[in-house]
Amino acid sequence: MEHTSLLERILRGAALTLVVIFFMFPIVWIFMMSFQTNETILRIPPQLVFEPTLANYTALITGKLTTASGTLDIAFMRNLWNSVFLSTTSVAVALLLGVPAAYAFARHKFRGSEDIAFTLLSFRFAPALLVLLPLTLYFQKLGLANTYIGLIWVYQLICLPLILWIVRGYFEDIPADIEYAYRIAGHSWFATFRKIALPLAGPGIAAAGLLAFIFAWNNFVFALVLASADKQPVTVGALAFITSSGIQYGQISAAIVLSITPTLALALYAQRYLVEGLSLGAVKG
Amino acid sequence: MASLELKNIVKRYKSQTVLDNLSLTVADGETLVLFGPSGAGKTVLLRLVAGVVDPDEGKILIGGEDMTDVDAEFRGVGMAFQNFALFPHMTAFDNIATPLQARHSSQSTIKAGVESVAKLLKIGHVLSHRPRALSNGQKQRTALARALVGAPPLLLLDDPLRNVDAKLRFEMRLELPRLLADRGATVVYVTQDYKEAMALGDRIAVMSQGVIKQLGTPEQIYREPANIEIARLFGDPTINLLDVKPSRDTRGIYVGLSNVQVHLPGTYEAAVGRDCVIGLRPEALSFVDEGTPGAIPVTVEAETPLNEKIVTLVRTVRGREILVSRPAGTPGQTEGKAHIAVDSKSALLFDHASGERIGSTNVVSLRNGEAA
Repeated sequence: MEHTSLLERILRGAALTLVVIFFMFPIVWIFMMSFQTNETILRIPPQLVFEPTLANYTALITGKLTTASGTLDIAFMRNLWNSVFLSTTSVAVALLLGVPAAYAFARHKFRGSEDIAFTLLSFRFAPALLVLLPLTLYFQKLGLANTYIGLIWVYQLICLPLILWIVRGYFEDIPADIEYAYRIAGHSWFATFRKIALPLAGPGIAAAGLLAFIFAWNNFVFALVLASADKQPVTVGALAFITSSGIQYGQISAAIVLSITPTLALALYAQRYLVEGLSLGAVKG
Repeated sequence: MASLELKNIVKRYKSQTVLDNLSLTVADGETLVLFGPSGAGKTVLLRLVAGVVDPDEGKILIGGEDMTDVDAEFRGVGMAFQNFALFPHMTAFDNIATPLQARHSSQSTIKAGVESVAKLLKIGHVLSHRPRALSNGQKQRTALARALVGAPPLLLLDDPLRNVDAKLRFEMRLELPRLLADRGATVVYVTQDYKEAMALGDRIAVMSQGVIKQLGTPEQIYREPANIEIARLFGDPTINLLDVKPSRDTRGIYVGLSNVQVHLPGTYEAAVGRDCVIGLRPEALSFVDEGTPGAIPVTVEAETPLNEKIVTLVRTVRGREILVSRPAGTPGQTEGKAHIAVDSKSALLFDHASGERIGSTNVVSLRNGEAA
């Protein structure tokens, strides 16, 4: 126990509180808004005390949005499922393709390997909107527009470079001698990849997967252009809350709370594993 | 059992030639030490044999079989790395077990194999630990156990004692020869420590800049080094090297050291009148009384006791510094004026320009793989 003066402890506490309030305020405010009606939200001045209501959540879950100008059907739960499905599948496909590719780029310097790796990274440089117009035309010709397969394919533009470059770095950090030792012990290169490289790069793969998942989840513009209502994720689906009779702040907040819950839960779960894994990576040889 | 044969191996990294047309044969059951400064190509050579690096030219034969294009897992060699290269996510037991697992041995065979080699290397009590929980010495023994457990006919040890403390290194230097002899395996051992090389090698190959400069028994390397560089690398304290120009008189060839003529036995005809360097091992010099024939007057500068021996730095009248070594407990001069005598039988003569040793005795000198 180190000795710190009372004043120092108070100042430190105050500073920490300020930081937490600053960063958590939007989340807390959205959380509170999700339990209010549009009227109480739009009160001036805003008030901290209100009568909570679950109406927003009921509306989202039943899919019936009641506004001043009548009842609207919204597909929020469908959108949420789309988000989960699209993000999970995209990350799974990207891991399946990206991790072996990252290993190849890290361990085998073949002709043009750097160029290919850089080309894959350059997918992230192009503004999405610039890519979208020709992509839409192609997809319509190929019959991929408004299909899950088409969307998952396009999501690889987001996930694959990310996973490839992060995981490659982790593979490169594994001393080659460790893999040589396993080969010399009599194991095939594939066994070496599975039993040595994959477990040792595990934390890196998890981190890259998590990051790719968050990027895929938050994607807006690809899905906006390439998917119609029944394939749209929550990010696009949220547009439905801007109705002819005004913006439904209550429902938007509830929708945000519901849609950040999976990523938040995943991040919290993975965080423990990530920290543990990263400290393992620090010990070499 | 397996002999090892390397034929005209060439390895280049970009424009740099790391191994230059190197040939080497290691007999079945022999321990060959690859000795040389870092960057000499020792480790690359070992990796070529292990099969994790491919040669640009040449052939590698293990047990008479051409293994040049065979993948590492099928070569059946055991290797211990300088940095240990233990698998950090496995326990010491699993680390050692990997060569047996690759052969799909039964669980009981694996357990018995690992435990017997662990007992031999005194690491039985730490088998359940992960590498990061092991001390350096335990890591080194685990790495060695992993190399030994499969009883490979060819063992490659890449400076396994480099990263362990002096006490353990000394212990292992005593233990290893017996351990290796018991196994009956052919061993290629890489080191930068000349004492290790002398202690472990049946033969020593001295490497420098990708070629083998000299190949011979420890005795030959020490007594008849092929050049100045090798003479300097073997021996502690290092050999005294003095510029001389041999002359001839009625009694034979002699060199002048501080106006004293030291006659050299042996045939050094070719050296007469040439610029040479004489190499005198510190233990070939001794303090003598004034008036002894051939005594060279010197001034004692400093004295360093090195456990079993005492090393004295002396200065000749011409200002050249010489190290004299004598066993601890024997009388010697500790300060002031003194006289030293040269045991000229063990003197070595080198050509000044090329650094090559001059002499008629049976020096085994290898250049580009050809026995001279």
